[in-house]
Amino acid sequence: MADSAVRRRGRPLVDRPGWLGAFMIAPAVLYITLIVGMPFVLALYYSVSDITAGSRSLNFVGLKNFAGIVGTGQFRTALRNTFVFAVVSQVIVLVGANVLALALMRDFRGKWLVRLLLLLPWVAPISLGTIGWLWILDSIYSVINWTLQALGLIRPNDWPMWLGIPHLAMGSVITVHVWRLLPLATIILLAGLSSIPKEIHEAARVDGAGFWRQHFRITLPLVRPIMLVALLFGLVFAFTDMIVIFVLTRGGPYDTTQVLSSLAFFTGIQGGDLATGAAIAVFLFPLLLAVAAVFLRVARRAEVA
Amino acid sequence: MRPGRPRRLLTRGALLGIVGAFTLFSAFPFYWMLITTFKRTSDLLKRENNPFLYNEPPTLEHLRVLFVETLYGRWLFNTAFVGVLVVMITLLLALPAGYALARLTGRWGEQLGIGIFLTYLVPPTLLFIPLSRVIAVLGLQDSLWSLVLVYPSFTIPFCTWLLMGFFKAIPGDIEEAAMIDGCSRFGAFLRVVIPISVAGVLTVVIFAFTLVTQEFVYAMTFISGVRQFTVSVGVPTFLVRGDVYFWGSLMAGCFIASVPVAILYNFFVDRFIAGFTVGAIK
Repeated sequence: MADSAVRRRGRPLVDRPGWLGAFMIAPAVLYITLIVGMPFVLALYYSVSDITAGSRSLNFVGLKNFAGIVGTGQFRTALRNTFVFAVVSQVIVLVGANVLALALMRDFRGKWLVRLLLLLPWVAPISLGTIGWLWILDSIYSVINWTLQALGLIRPNDWPMWLGIPHLAMGSVITVHVWRLLPLATIILLAGLSSIPKEIHEAARVDGAGFWRQHFRITLPLVRPIMLVALLFGLVFAFTDMIVIFVLTRGGPYDTTQVLSSLAFFTGIQGGDLATGAAIAVFLFPLLLAVAAVFLRVARRAEVA
Repeated sequence: MRPGRPRRLLTRGALLGIVGAFTLFSAFPFYWMLITTFKRTSDLLKRENNPFLYNEPPTLEHLRVLFVETLYGRWLFNTAFVGVLVVMITLLLALPAGYALARLTGRWGEQLGIGIFLTYLVPPTLLFIPLSRVIAVLGLQDSLWSLVLVYPSFTIPFCTWLLMGFFKAIPGDIEEAAMIDGCSRFGAFLRVVIPISVAGVLTVVIFAFTLVTQEFVYAMTFISGVRQFTVSVGVPTFLVRGDVYFWGSLMAGCFIASVPVAILYNFFVDRFIAGFTVGAIK
């Protein structure tokens, strides 16, 4: 760095680190501004306009769209479902990922294969994985029901309709979501666990700390930042995902599994009411803002440490 | 020593049980797809039959239907087409951006880096409505080019971040040496840094490609013609229609599009996680 002052003189602009850096990063920033930033602003504007798919009108109507949707039972159900869906699935994912990551800390034969199998739900296109579940949960040919019946737990005539009864449908949707997000959280946590120096655990063992004590007093506090990262991503995915619901239930039965993002899709794209759809989607924004704030704090703390 | 042994066996058994149960949960749907793929429809649709066994001889009929009577092959091609182009655009923009953030921009670059990464958190569900209008204005609706245009918006942020980490790990002396030999800084980046970052580039290629194969919401919104579908949209919307499900072909379609990429991805997963967890472990 000491010779940078000398080098600065007599070199073309693009060879100075600051300028070259700006040139090299500009295309990426421009692209993201155009394809993410601009539509984002548009989304905000659409939500206060009267735009529809068919017409050319784009008038400012204030908060009319919001006022219109907030009162509807459909919207309230979707809002509540969004929270139930996201919070319940993330709690299960975090607990499950903790257990699984701890179990995976040991080496055993065939670990690579286990890891590959565990990761499948995360890597496979989610719409396709969910179709697998659609078949597993089928109302007539469900393998789960067949097994339950073979075990004598249910009778042939009252096979549960996994996707047709409100609370079962919600349970199914949450299960599939847990299935999909568990691998990511596990692998992230595993990375955190592996980064803890072995000496810390050895020292604790010498001092007489048992497994649970070690786990809650030492391991968990140490992996907390990384667990937070896993949780944040999980929350964003869970709050905004509509694919599982679109494939499994289309929001049914009777909107009992409808969430904000699926409702925005059905209203805005399939229903053609772009303004109302945008207003519904914009409800997700405060939530993402909160997530971003927490994320920034974590990132900053990691930088300081 | 002696009293410890049964206990250790017990712990071992419990751990194996946990890992086994989770693995079963994760992998079962794919195993089920594979089994279903080769089953005759008459076997599938008989409730008394044990669904875990082949009660009738296996068949390749579903695969024939999938590739001959549906546009599945075309959808695979579409996905690959979009994937390759998006990967190219991503590399073109994210490689220099990642390098700049790692080496050239200092403090403000760090802020910008976090800002870029945060756009990864802005979900398609918030953007698909305005983007559908933008795509219509550009005349790209129902064209794969709409996906080629939009997909880099989520591949670039993350790949820039990944590459930044990679470039930071390369010792700066290497470029210094090249620059003393007469290379410009940019020349050193092109001729020296990129060639030794093959592993990082490959990770980004795999990662971006997987993201493209997974994307659903945009493709669903922009594309309406059957011939232009990608796999992730074509299978669930076109093959699942009305009350008639072609389960055999459906499961074959899901399995073929899921598992090969997953195996490839598995080789790169550690680097990917290192990027995902940002600075949370040091």
